[in-house]
Amino acid sequence: MQLSSGSKRMDDPRDDAGSIFHVHKVTKIYRMGEVEVHALREVTVDLYQGEFAVLLGASGSGKSTLLNILGGLDRPTSGEVYYRDHDLTRADEEGLTRFRREHVGFVFQFYNLIPSLTALENVALVTEIAEHPIDPVEALDLVGLGNRRDHFPSQLSGGEQQRVAIARAVAKRPDVLLCDEPTGALDYATGKLVLEVLERVNRELGTITAVITHNAAIAGMADRVIRISSGSIVEERVNASKLAPSEISW
Amino acid sequence: MKPTSKILWRDLWHLRGQVLAAALVVACGVATQITMRSAYISLKAAQASYYDNYRFADVFAQLKRAPEGLADDMRALPGVAEVRTRVVADVTLDVPGLTEPASGRLVSIPERQQPMLNDLYLRSGRYIEATHPDEVLISEVFAKANRLDVGSKVGAILNGRWRELTVVGIALSPEYIYEVGQGMLFPDNRRFGVLWMGRDALAAAFSMQGAFNDVSLKLAAQADKAELIARLDQLLLRYGGLSAYGREEQLSNRFLTDELGEIEISSTFIPAIFLAVAVFLIYIVLSRLVVMQRMQIGLLKAFGYGNRSLGLHYLKFALLTVLAGLLPGLLLGLYLGGATTAMYAGYFHFPQMPLLVSPAEIFWAVLINLLAACAGAIAAVRRVAALAPAESMRPEAPANFRAGLMERSGAAQWLPSSLRMIVRNVARRPWKSVLSVLGIGMAVGLMMVARFIFDAVDHMMYVQFNLVQRHDVTVLFHEPRAAGALYEIRRLPGVLRAEPFRAVPVRLRHEHRSKKIEVTGLPADGELHQIVDSKLHIVHPPPQGILLTRKLGQMLGVRAGDQVTLEVLEGERQVREVTVAGLSEELIGIGAYMDASTLASLLGEDNLVSGAYLSVDPAHAEELYGRLKRMPAVSGVAIRGAMIESVDDIINRTFKIVSIIEILFAAVIVGGMVYNSVRIALSERGNELASLRVLGFTQREVVGLLLGEQALLTLCAIPVGMAIGYGMCAALVPAFDRELFRLPLVIGQMAYVYPVITTLIAALLSALLVARRIGQLDLIAVLKTRE
Repeated sequence: MQLSSGSKRMDDPRDDAGSIFHVHKVTKIYRMGEVEVHALREVTVDLYQGEFAVLLGASGSGKSTLLNILGGLDRPTSGEVYYRDHDLTRADEEGLTRFRREHVGFVFQFYNLIPSLTALENVALVTEIAEHPIDPVEALDLVGLGNRRDHFPSQLSGGEQQRVAIARAVAKRPDVLLCDEPTGALDYATGKLVLEVLERVNRELGTITAVITHNAAIAGMADRVIRISSGSIVEERVNASKLAPSEISW
Repeated sequence: MKPTSKILWRDLWHLRGQVLAAALVVACGVATQITMRSAYISLKAAQASYYDNYRFADVFAQLKRAPEGLADDMRALPGVAEVRTRVVADVTLDVPGLTEPASGRLVSIPERQQPMLNDLYLRSGRYIEATHPDEVLISEVFAKANRLDVGSKVGAILNGRWRELTVVGIALSPEYIYEVGQGMLFPDNRRFGVLWMGRDALAAAFSMQGAFNDVSLKLAAQADKAELIARLDQLLLRYGGLSAYGREEQLSNRFLTDELGEIEISSTFIPAIFLAVAVFLIYIVLSRLVVMQRMQIGLLKAFGYGNRSLGLHYLKFALLTVLAGLLPGLLLGLYLGGATTAMYAGYFHFPQMPLLVSPAEIFWAVLINLLAACAGAIAAVRRVAALAPAESMRPEAPANFRAGLMERSGAAQWLPSSLRMIVRNVARRPWKSVLSVLGIGMAVGLMMVARFIFDAVDHMMYVQFNLVQRHDVTVLFHEPRAAGALYEIRRLPGVLRAEPFRAVPVRLRHEHRSKKIEVTGLPADGELHQIVDSKLHIVHPPPQGILLTRKLGQMLGVRAGDQVTLEVLEGERQVREVTVAGLSEELIGIGAYMDASTLASLLGEDNLVSGAYLSVDPAHAEELYGRLKRMPAVSGVAIRGAMIESVDDIINRTFKIVSIIEILFAAVIVGGMVYNSVRIALSERGNELASLRVLGFTQREVVGLLLGEQALLTLCAIPVGMAIGYGMCAALVPAFDRELFRLPLVIGQMAYVYPVITTLIAALLSALLVARRIGQLDLIAVLKTRE
């Protein structure tokens, strides 16, 4: 099934200039046995063209659930999610797969590279199924790993693996890069290196980048910081002066 | 329940699919083992007790005619315990309801029932009475095949006179457990039967009063058989003795013994394959379990559980898996053992053949399989022991891949990423891959062997009945007759062509080897019985010398150009040196051929004929059979169509069921191997595959990646399996290179096609069973978990 286009309504948020993602009154309830868990409660938020957003929250705040819904991995219990004019709420499994394939780049906390493929091949794996990909070699150069392209994941450090994962995510020129605790498994220095790469990708390619983290320091490099607590957005602020990754510390 | 016991049961439940797959392979192996071993034991025991209780003789001899008084001379020979003289005659029978003439072997029995050598077991009816000379007992199979019963009447030509015999009893004899007539190799129970008739009545009919033409002897415990046979031959020489022989050359006994040998071989070899696969499956299931449970193992070790109790835990897992297969395997084996025994009872005729299952056999089956479980568990248990608690609580390091042959050779760049992943996964654990290929290959091989038997028998039948025996009917005369007898035959209705042949019993000697055989004299221009060479080209009987079938040549250790001594066993008993002109290829029986006129001059005869090969117009066959039934000169009639039918019937009854079971069991091996491998691949690479789904790969693409590895292994296994199968078939050929028949190494296309199709279907079905789970991969968990 094709992604259905939503019908125009009076208060259509897509009228807002530059809004790419529109999340409107999204609620997500998980049933854990007998207990209902409200992971998200009527959350409304937009992501704009080219911005670097940080979703900040403690563990269990619902930030991952929001990221999953934005990335087409999960559907809300109620509310609406639009990516441009695609209604993600009503897409079926096949439609969501196509959405992920064409528009979303994921970066995982634990990199999730394919162990049987070299760095270059991990990137090429994604470019093979993309329509207008970046050359895999170029993508690796972008993350500073051009010289490690023939190494297998087991031959790379954690930071290097995460950079390969970023190269893999951006190589297909996604419209949005979703990063779930990208520095969570890395030490301080390596974590900063990875943040620099994310910042560079955002700057050079103009890809919307959404990073979820519990690390408040990272918020310093964001265009916009969205703080989530107990399934609701408790604060949304625009950074007047963005810091470079090298300037932040934790 | 102890906590570790709870863990054990939950592990078994959690891995039930793989446990079941391994258990099924165990079950098939045990079932095959018990089926074959119990059939073997039952058959062997039935044979032993029958021979013993019914006093099967040790030495047999046929002769022309000797006075009864000679029996005392034979009793006086050293080592002889008991002697039974008989009158035996092959006659033509007219069986009600049968168009064709049947052959009957009339064997004399004492008028008054008494214990004797080759004693009879009376299944129904009563023993004959001295006052009724036309009363006979008939063999059970012949009675069944022709629906004869006590009270039935059968026509017979006894020494030229038509007589009506009355069946008063149905009997079995240890001499005819496998009941075939002279010159036949496969039983045709409709057209050949044994009849027992009073000695006086039979002797009177054949003018053999006070004489005998057949003798059986029982030996004393320490008798020297070879010595006795030599002495017996000497004694019988002047009475037209045809050379005595021991049990090992007695047709029924030899066929039974050969069959027993065959079952013994396959009852070791086939279960061994299953056992090997089961060990492998248990090993991979357990090693996977250990990897998945590293944390748990570390935790238990940290709590103070020792290596011994943890090792015991995994050993129990392996033992329970095997036990799960053992019980159904045993039951299935007992059931199939009963069915197989019943099948054997169809052509080996015993008074009773109960299914015997020796407890020792079951004990060994259980023990061997449990030991196999231990072997499979040991490797896994050693890994458990090697884990330090702290180390095992850390997740296992990412799978280690390094540049290999594919990368160094530059082949990698030509392959799509998906294929590269597959090839590298296969290459990363070469031993596991090799074992998977071998396991599936074994199954392919087993299926090939199952099919090969049919191809080989087909080919054997083709050679025998299309190239060699091209005649529709063989007519045998009681006595060699003048060539003029052929004119009489040619005038019979429906006879299109008739060619004479001369068959002379001889003993061929070469160095220390000798063989009793019939040499057949064929006309130089004959078409109805042809000789073929190893390339199946037609060979004409040589103008000089003798042509031997290849097997006979082997048995005598001769090649073309060698001299053999030919001792004629009838008439003037000439002894001549003849040159072996060549070896011919026949797959059924053994034989020797000479040009008819060369043979006649060797014997100093004037072209006598022993019988004729006929080509018959089917439209008049019935009429012809009717006439042949009542021709006094004719002692036997063999019909090609009936022989083919009877062989087909045996093949269908026996090999077909066995093959179907073999193929089913082999499919279980394939299914078990593939299911387990895919299941493990899924659990090892679940995260990798789910990541790909998150990255936008469709379910279909991910399934392709998961199954690709198995597909590659299965595809590799097919040629390997064909090679294994070819090897197994080739290994079977010498085992079947016997005097009675020889299986040619002829493997038809279907023997390759069927196993491939079956393997692919079994592999696909079991793979898809796992592939369904791709849809259930938890994509969200992938973002959070690490393994």
